[in-house]
Amino acid sequence: MIYINAFIFCGIVCLIGQLILDNTNLTPGHITVLFVFIGTFLDVFNIYDKIVLWAGGGALVPITSFGHMLTHGAIQGYNEGGILGLFTGTLNLTSAGISAAIIFSFFLSLIFEPKD
Amino acid sequence: MKDNYQKIIDTYTPKEDILNNSIIAFITGGLMGIIGEALIEFYTFIMHIPSKEATVCMLITLIFLGCILTCLGFFDKWVNFCKCGLIIPITGFAHATQSAALEYRKEGLVTGIGTNMLKLSGAVIIYGIIGSFIFSLIRMLVGLV
Repeated sequence: MIYINAFIFCGIVCLIGQLILDNTNLTPGHITVLFVFIGTFLDVFNIYDKIVLWAGGGALVPITSFGHMLTHGAIQGYNEGGILGLFTGTLNLTSAGISAAIIFSFFLSLIFEPKD
Repeated sequence: MKDNYQKIIDTYTPKEDILNNSIIAFITGGLMGIIGEALIEFYTFIMHIPSKEATVCMLITLIFLGCILTCLGFFDKWVNFCKCGLIIPITGFAHATQSAALEYRKEGLVTGIGTNMLKLSGAVIIYGIIGSFIFSLIRMLVGLV
């Protein structure tokens, strides 16, 4: 059952992105930024946590979960370390994603030639 | 003269089939969601990793797949076909980083890869942090924490 939920949620997020891409002059860069921003907003009142419980991995794969994890880390940091935690905790949960992207793309770009 | 010209242009510009694009984006995006959920269950039940770490492992696996498929040249064709079905999932982030790194590699390690790697995906990180700061401040002021 959770697979169907994952399919529906992730599909609808991509569908909204595609509709924005086709009907306006925004580039894919604008759309990813917009979705990250929406993700950070949805975590304010714990809406995104409920979506994660409902759709499982389907809610964690779209880029909105990146924003959700940023806000989640900031709030967790604030609970543990006060106002300083807002700065130390923000990248706590997303650091794995950012580091992985940088590390893999650095070493792979040393190995592979660009294809055209 | 001008009207004719506009008509000729209109007939030869390729029309984007919005309905077709949307259906493809919905299906490929949904399949990405299923892959994510399947990877989480694989790591939790077969590799016996706690569920929080399993999520991180799933993200790293997808990012690695996005990077290596971009290097091998498949991913650009797939992105042209599915568009937002692959851009919105985390693979789009990996694809942007990897293609910038490959493209600017000729210009050297520091001035090429170092300065340009996060050219496309830097926007995501910057606006994500700004947004999360604003919204967690709001949440703090409202007193929900």
